[in-house]
Amino acid sequence: MSSRILNHPILGSRTGRKVWFSFDGRQISAFEGEAVSSALYANGIRIFGHHHRDNGAQGIFCANGQCSQCMVLVNKKPVKSCMTPLAEGMVVESLDGLPPLTDDEPISGDPTSDVFETQVLIIGGGPAGLNAALELASFGIKSIICDDKGELGGKLSLQTHNFFGSVADCYAGTRGIDIGHILSDKVMQSDKIDVWLDSTVVAAYWDKTFGVAKRGQMLLIKPEIVLIATGARERTLVFPGSDLPGVYGAGAFQTLVNRDLIKSSDRIFIIGGGNVGLIAAYHALQAGIDVAGLVEALPVCGGYKVHDDKVRRLGVPVWTSHTVLRVNGHEKAEQITIAAIDKNFKPLPGTEKTFDVDTVLVAVGLSPVNELQTKAQEFGVKTFSAGDAEEIAEASAAIFSGRITGRTIAREMGIDTTIPSEWKTLSEILKSRPGITWKDRPQAFTSAVIFNDYGRRIFEMNPGEFSLTTGRFSSDFGVEKSARDGEYSLESFMKNAELYKTRTERELPVHPVIHCVQEIPCNPCTMACPLDSINIRGSIMGLPEFTGKCFGCGKCVLACPGLAITLVDIRQDPTRKTARVTFPYEFLDDSPGGGKGVLKITDIEGEIIGEGRVISVVSEYRGDRRKLLTLEVPYELRNKAAGFRLRPLDDESVPEKTETSDDPIVCLCERVRKSEIVAQIRAGVMDMNQLKATIRTGMGACGGKTCTDQILRIYREEGIDISKVTRPTVRPFIAEVHLGDFLRAERKDNE
Amino acid sequence: MNDNTYDVIVVGAGSVGNPAALFLSESGLKVLVIEKRASAGQGENKAAIGGVRATHSDGAKITTAIESLRIFSTWKETYGSNIDWKTGGYCFPVYGEPLENTLKSYFPIQRSFGLEIDWLDAQQIAEVVPGINMEGLRGGTYSPGDGQVSPLKMAAAVHAEAEKRGAQYRYHENVVGYIIESGAIKGVVTEKGKYFAEHVIIATGADAALHGKMAGRDIPVVPDSHEAGISAPVAKFLPPLVVDMRPGPEGKTANFYFGQASGGQIIFCYTPKPAIVGNNKDNLSEFMPILAARLISLIPRFKNLLIRKIWRGLYPMTPDGVPIVDYDPEIKGLIWAVGMCGQGFMLGPGVAKNLTSMIVKGQPLLPPDVQALYSLKRNFHGKTEAFK
Repeated sequence: MSSRILNHPILGSRTGRKVWFSFDGRQISAFEGEAVSSALYANGIRIFGHHHRDNGAQGIFCANGQCSQCMVLVNKKPVKSCMTPLAEGMVVESLDGLPPLTDDEPISGDPTSDVFETQVLIIGGGPAGLNAALELASFGIKSIICDDKGELGGKLSLQTHNFFGSVADCYAGTRGIDIGHILSDKVMQSDKIDVWLDSTVVAAYWDKTFGVAKRGQMLLIKPEIVLIATGARERTLVFPGSDLPGVYGAGAFQTLVNRDLIKSSDRIFIIGGGNVGLIAAYHALQAGIDVAGLVEALPVCGGYKVHDDKVRRLGVPVWTSHTVLRVNGHEKAEQITIAAIDKNFKPLPGTEKTFDVDTVLVAVGLSPVNELQTKAQEFGVKTFSAGDAEEIAEASAAIFSGRITGRTIAREMGIDTTIPSEWKTLSEILKSRPGITWKDRPQAFTSAVIFNDYGRRIFEMNPGEFSLTTGRFSSDFGVEKSARDGEYSLESFMKNAELYKTRTERELPVHPVIHCVQEIPCNPCTMACPLDSINIRGSIMGLPEFTGKCFGCGKCVLACPGLAITLVDIRQDPTRKTARVTFPYEFLDDSPGGGKGVLKITDIEGEIIGEGRVISVVSEYRGDRRKLLTLEVPYELRNKAAGFRLRPLDDESVPEKTETSDDPIVCLCERVRKSEIVAQIRAGVMDMNQLKATIRTGMGACGGKTCTDQILRIYREEGIDISKVTRPTVRPFIAEVHLGDFLRAERKDNE
Repeated sequence: MNDNTYDVIVVGAGSVGNPAALFLSESGLKVLVIEKRASAGQGENKAAIGGVRATHSDGAKITTAIESLRIFSTWKETYGSNIDWKTGGYCFPVYGEPLENTLKSYFPIQRSFGLEIDWLDAQQIAEVVPGINMEGLRGGTYSPGDGQVSPLKMAAAVHAEAEKRGAQYRYHENVVGYIIESGAIKGVVTEKGKYFAEHVIIATGADAALHGKMAGRDIPVVPDSHEAGISAPVAKFLPPLVVDMRPGPEGKTANFYFGQASGGQIIFCYTPKPAIVGNNKDNLSEFMPILAARLISLIPRFKNLLIRKIWRGLYPMTPDGVPIVDYDPEIKGLIWAVGMCGQGFMLGPGVAKNLTSMIVKGQPLLPPDVQALYSLKRNFHGKTEAFK
């Protein structure tokens, strides 16, 4: 039983050499070089072992090398399956209880002492790190980029969607995966940049060196300056059942689905309505995985409205002002129960709903990965940070942040250069939270035609020459100018227009409708229109306006990262009963709507307003993989139709099969339950190091990366001022390292 | 008696001060503990690897450690809480004749103070230490009564029991001076206030010399440091704590030692040669490679261990490697319990029992000739302890 995505609308299909390996004695096959965790998932294996403390089932959690929930034995050695590439003939065993040390084969070797010197050590080869390296290289500064994965790009490799931001400055409108390739190609071509892949920086030492675990060998790098561009890790949420395999981060899901093309699930539920959660919902649907719903505690999703609207239109129920109560299941997620909450975020009894799902994604925000920063600074190494490691924001902001930080470092190293002030302005804009959402925003699709008393057309304006939103009027034809140059109030225009007997308005035969009503930093639509008819006033935070002519090329529909532009064409039906609307379409099925080819059409926020008949699905002949879906819709709905439903109608709540313990596990590594932590807090423990000592929270493999925030949250729930709580000491290693890797054995791997 | 007055003030809630507070409050005394850190045991106590042995060459330490072992091994029965006591002994494997002779030469004095210790041949050592490199192995010493404890759990458990018995702990508070009047201690001064007591125990570990200055005393304690580490847990296979007394081929280690904690983690440390003197506790890049080479050459299967955390702890050293546990000769009521030479954790409970006797009964538990070994007035430059 294979769980692979055989064809993906954006990513196509995976190719490579299939190899045989064994899992618990059973021979199975998967692609050479893919993560062992994905190889197991591809073979339908979701449980990787059982915890030595309480026999709790273990599986994928972060898929990012941060936690250690996915440990297995590979050739008798305990390893993180998500960080271990599959090789032919591997003997993989589930880790039930503690791993035995059984291999008495001696290895020889001296203590490692290789020190690699460089000007700048860049930790993290994602958008920020790559751009910083390129900027540094442009000034002739040498750097080493260390990345813990097998290829550059960081989380760009999961981002199958088109990026927001500015086209000129951070590749807006291009898909994240493609940006990753563009940047990594540039970096690989530079002779100033040394790329270390599969290289985890695990320690900063007092002697100003950094320990790097690289393919089974510990090495040391001694830089003049270090740049922390390590990105972010996903925050977790603790609730009953949150420890079950099948409950994991949205980023982990994207890793499985988008990076490794694994069909990880049949039906998921998402917790959290930020961009990550919303995008994950969309990615799931693209991969043929159903999304039973999404809960968001706040009354409005925090992510971009275009993402929110997009998933609602496709039919994903978005439950705002709701929370997760628990996930039920035996050794794996089987059901989720949610409930409405009051103003104080307390669940309202009687509002519970339960859905059958096999996966629950937690997407409740990110926190910076910056463990090494404090230590490096303490030891007197000049340290900078960029991207999410510095401040959590969109990847577009990280791209730009890397560039600015690269130049800042160049200046620090004595290069005579400046940082343009507009860079800083743009950087702030890219990091902005969404601005105002405009309700019932007027749009100009009509041209105004004014006739004189003799029936002669004396004036015609195209949309935007007179903008209804601002009263701005760019033509001076036939109408008196007002005092302010080029500006007329709507009133003054209408008064002047009254001078003439007749006035008609005529809708442009073909025109875009922009369903983008929330201010976000984004501008690809403005670059897409060959007639330059879509423009944004002021900064890229502004809303785009269609102003001028349109010949219906559809480029704006293809370009909008938010999938928020449709193209209306009223030329086909002179009777004005129907109109054609063209939507962006990123799914595999080229005949949606079943045999009849009929789809429910929705307004901007996903309310069904009628039906549309599929006319065509057209692939763009060059460039992107987005397609154009044209529907014939009732004429009166043409400008309102913003999307179409793919999912069936909402699911009914089902009865709960079992109930998990109400006492959730907070520290996953050491399986510490919330009640144990509460008891310690109530006994007066104010030093988290003492919690480590008594109940072992944060003493496990992840070193407290996952539970520390959750424990602080419990302190807050207990009414304690957390500024008085002593934080746990952070020590090397950031990730566990095999003892044998500290020996300089004959190189095992000379890639 | 106002609120700031106590029977005893203990300065330092570490390996020694913390159990002293417990046993003193058990005796019904009103005890205040002043600690600069956020909770008990957060200094060198938690840096200890948790091996507890009476295998020393010095009568005072052997006697004190036997008392400590009694407390550790019966802790659960006495107090109910779990300190992860693991009985498994200490093993010193031997690969060279000179060391065999040296270790055997201590047997008489060790046995005379009640230590159970034997010589095992190579086969027997291999049974006690599975996977050990047999090449050149002559045998080794084994003392089955020694064992291991979790220093973290011990500190928390002692603190909890002491508080139950009324001891008060003040955290995040630095002692800045001692109140001494007419040759007697009257109390201590901190940044936050003054506290009074007829008895003050200074148990400040690596800060001993600093506190000596505050009290106008020259306390010959200079810290050096040892780095240590711990692995992810593995299935249990190693009962004893193992000490390899050979200097390392890399020229940077005097010896190294390791054991498997009751949770399954392998915990390890080496003695740097030359000693790294000073207070710095930051990690050094050379530690793990050197330690790895030593561990793997002794027990190859360790190569697959996952190393989780490393840290550096301080050994507050006296010139002769023996602690100072003594009344101040000139300041009545002041007691020094410092210079534990890296063995504060294993000696701590025994030292604390002795301190309690010194305050409650006015005399140490140890016989005078043994107690004299801990004296502040002794000649620190005579013979040195073999197992320091």
